[in-house]
Amino acid sequence: MARAYTPLVVLAMVLFAVAPVAVAFAPPEQVMGLIQRIFYYHVPSAMMLFLSAFVCGIASAVFLFKRSARADRIAVSAGELAIVFGLIVMVTGPLWGRKFWGVWWQWDAKLTSAFLLWMIFVAYLLVRRYGGPGAEKLGAAMALFGMANVPFVYVAANYWRTLHPTTNVVMTLAPGMRGPFWLCVAAFLLLYGLLLTLRKRLEDQRAAVEQLYLAMDE
Amino acid sequence: MKRRVMATIGSMLLTAGSLLAASQPPPGTAAQGDFVPVSAVQSVEQLPAAPFLIAAYVVVWLALLIYVWSIWRRMKKIEHDLADLRKRVQSR
Repeated sequence: MARAYTPLVVLAMVLFAVAPVAVAFAPPEQVMGLIQRIFYYHVPSAMMLFLSAFVCGIASAVFLFKRSARADRIAVSAGELAIVFGLIVMVTGPLWGRKFWGVWWQWDAKLTSAFLLWMIFVAYLLVRRYGGPGAEKLGAAMALFGMANVPFVYVAANYWRTLHPTTNVVMTLAPGMRGPFWLCVAAFLLLYGLLLTLRKRLEDQRAAVEQLYLAMDE
Repeated sequence: MKRRVMATIGSMLLTAGSLLAASQPPPGTAAQGDFVPVSAVQSVEQLPAAPFLIAAYVVVWLALLIYVWSIWRRMKKIEHDLADLRKRVQSR
């Protein structure tokens, strides 16, 4: 992985440089027009938020049941990425909504549940940072709860009356829109993997520092 | 007694009937508070899309760049602490 890291970073940079060009050449949407192009970054960011929630939840479950310190470090890293990508979703969504719906925010099922999911992971990191002894286990339980919320957030627009488009939109994209969309998803996915690796390395270094402090105390 | 009761009921019915008739608007006019069709479509506020689109893309790039910078900064500090600790452990 260490050897592949630099080429993958270069590939991610190329994809992110190409993505805006691909988005610019995508056909305009009939009703929303120009503002619909936020979709090409907003939806992949939401996908990464969900992915982070799953990675954090699964790693937390492994930590709880197998006492794996490595899994705990992955969980913390994924939790932080959930906040970053959640922030992107929470900002790009209202920018789109203000133009298309005429309002910045609506407390409907989809938006409220997405906001709550983000808040769960903000709380997760606060607990890990300031929770004191036993914070790892409490945080792991919160991460599991957050992961359990993801399916509800995903289907909220399908089953409740909301302003937000349903999940059908991605599967029924026009041919000219599919290429740029999946290119953006690939770019975000690659970036996510690289950020997770980098962030985990930071946690590994922190664990090494703690081990050295313990060795010095002995 | 029966006549008085019948007269009272009859007057109440007449009063109710006249009140009901008074509350109905004359045919062909809308009452106060009814829906009134709009004859002309009013102009709707038109916000330009470009500033919102640009702001969204700027936010995405800024968030990712700031996050990468924060990881880099924390990594530098940790690596410095790690090197320092290793020296101290080795010097013992």
